[in-house]
Amino acid sequence: MPDTILVVVEQREGKLNRVSWETIAAGQALAKETGWTPEAAVVGSGVANFANEVAAKRVAKVYAVESPKLEPYTPDAFAAGLKQFIESKQPKIVLMPHTYQVRDFVPKLATALGRTAISDCIGYKKEGAKLLFTRQMFQGKLAADVSFNCDAPWFVTFQNGAFRGDQAEAGTNAAPVETVNVQIADGVVRNKPQEVFKEAKQAVDLTQAEIIVSVGRGIKEQKNIELAKQLAEALGGEIAASRPICDSGWLPMDRQIGSSGQTVAPKLYLALGISGAIQHIVGMKGSRTIIAVNKDSEAPIFEIADYAVVGNLFEIVPPLIEEVKKAKAGG
Amino acid sequence: MKILVCMKQVPQKDAPLKLNESGQWIREDVSYEVNEPDAYALEEALRQKEKHGGEVVVITSGPARAQQVLREGLAKGADRAIHLEDNAFVGFDALNTARAFAAAIKDEKFDLVFTGLQSDDYGYAQTGVILAELLGWPHATIIMQIEKNDGGIRVKRELEAGYFQFVDMPLPAVLTIQSGINKLRYATLIGIKQAKNKPLRKVTLAEVQPSLGDNLQKVERLYIPQKTKKTETLEGPAGEIAKKLVDKLRNEARVI
Repeated sequence: MPDTILVVVEQREGKLNRVSWETIAAGQALAKETGWTPEAAVVGSGVANFANEVAAKRVAKVYAVESPKLEPYTPDAFAAGLKQFIESKQPKIVLMPHTYQVRDFVPKLATALGRTAISDCIGYKKEGAKLLFTRQMFQGKLAADVSFNCDAPWFVTFQNGAFRGDQAEAGTNAAPVETVNVQIADGVVRNKPQEVFKEAKQAVDLTQAEIIVSVGRGIKEQKNIELAKQLAEALGGEIAASRPICDSGWLPMDRQIGSSGQTVAPKLYLALGISGAIQHIVGMKGSRTIIAVNKDSEAPIFEIADYAVVGNLFEIVPPLIEEVKKAKAGG
Repeated sequence: MKILVCMKQVPQKDAPLKLNESGQWIREDVSYEVNEPDAYALEEALRQKEKHGGEVVVITSGPARAQQVLREGLAKGADRAIHLEDNAFVGFDALNTARAFAAAIKDEKFDLVFTGLQSDDYGYAQTGVILAELLGWPHATIIMQIEKNDGGIRVKRELEAGYFQFVDMPLPAVLTIQSGINKLRYATLIGIKQAKNKPLRKVTLAEVQPSLGDNLQKVERLYIPQKTKKTETLEGPAGEIAKKLVDKLRNEARVI
C-alpha cells in the first residue's frame, strides 16, 4: 500500500470549519513534495454531506468516519473512533487544523497510539529524506524546526492561516467517498457536553470596523485606556484589546481580538503596547496596514507590522492624537 | 477536594532571549516567572479548596531555579509541593513530562489535576491532555468555570470566536485552565513566611526514569524567525514620529 497523508477536516454545528480547506491545501502541497497520496476524513454522525463536499477537492479518497457516539463532540469518542480508523488505515501522516476541538483530543489520540503530535505548526520543510515541521516558540519570538523521533503515523496540527484555503485544488472528478463505521463501546464516553452557546450577544462587531486601535499589556493601567480611546476617536475607529486587557476587565470581552475573541482584517490596525503573542496575531494578521508601537524592539508584533515604532507609547500617542486631529481638520 | 496543580517556570514575557551554542535551546541566563495560565490554575485550585475543603498540591519539573514557582504557590496558599529536580526535564517533550508527573504522583489520590492550557515557552498545549490519558481519566480543556455537582463537576469550556459550552464530567479528572478564569491573588507576607515551613518533596530523575521513554519529537534547531513582511521603522522624537505616522495614514493606508 502506498504511503498516505490523511487530512482530518473539522465539522461542527452542521458546518465544515473553513480552516479545513487550509489543511487540505497543506496536505496537497505535502503530497507533491513527498509523492504520498492525499486522503481526507470527516468524523461524526451523519457526515456524508461533508464528505461529498470535501470530495470535490483533489484528494484520492474521502472517508466518512461514522458513529452515533461521535455526536455531540467529546474527546473520548473522537480519540476512540479515530484510533480505530487510523489503526486500520495506517496513514504515514495525519494532518489537522489546530482548532480548540483538535487541541482537545489530538494529544490523547496520539498518546493512545504510542505516538506524538507536533502541534500548532506554521509550515514544513523537506531536507533530504527528513520532514521538519516549523512551529513558533516563546510566544512567537523564536521558531523551531521539529522532527519526529518515532514510527508513523505522525500527527501534525497547523495553525490557522498557515496555508491558504483558497489554494486547495479542486479535483477533475469527485473523489470516491467511503463510509467507515467505527465501534465505540458504552462507557467509553465519560463527558456529557451541553449545548454550545454564545455569552450575551456581541455588542460590538469589530469585523466591520475599518480602523482599529488595539491595546495590550504595555498600556500598564486601566486609566491609560482612555488615551487609546482618544486616538481611536480621533481616527474614527474602534477600540480593541489583546486578551490580558479583557481578562483584567479593563475592556469588555467583546473588544478582544485573537483566537478566543474576534478575527479582524481592517484597513488599519494600530497596536499599542501589544507584544504579539500567537493567539493575538492569528486574529489580526490579515489587516491591510499594521502599525505597531512597542518599547520592546524584539516584540513579535513587529514581524508583521508595516510600520514599527520602537518607543514609549505614552510619549508617542498624545502628539499623534493632535496630528490626526489637525490632519482631519484639513491641516 | 484534593487538587494537583502542574506549574511551569518560563522565561519572563519581555526577557530578551539568546540562542545557546547548540542552537537547539535558549541560554538559561534569563529571568523567569510562573507560566501565566498556570497561575490562574493555581488560583482556581485555591478557590475550590476554600469552597469545598481539601488540599492543594503544586508540582513542577526542572532545575533548582524552578523551585521558585513552587515557593510562590506555597506562599499563595498551596499546602505542599513536589519538585522533579533535574536539568534534563527542560528538554522533555510533552509525553515524557506527563509520564514523569504520572510516576511522581502514583501513590497519591487526587480528585482533580489542573494545568494551564499551554506554556508560554514551548506552547505545546498537550501535557495536561496526555497526563489524563496516562492516568486513564477524563479531561476537558480551556476551562473558564468549575462547579461541583452530584455526579462530579460541571465545567465551562471556552470554544473559539466567543462560544462556550458546559460539560458535566465525573471525578477524578484533568482540566486545562484558561487565563482569566478568575482574578489572581497576591501572596501575603504571612503566606511567604509560612511557605518556608511547608513540605516540599523532591523527586530525582532516577526515581521516574523507569516510566520514561525517548522523546518522540525533537527540536532540531531554534532560530529567530525570518521576516515575511517589509517593515519600515519610524524613528526620531515623538512629535516627529507622530507627523510621519499621519503621513503614512494619509498617503499609504489612506484612512485619513
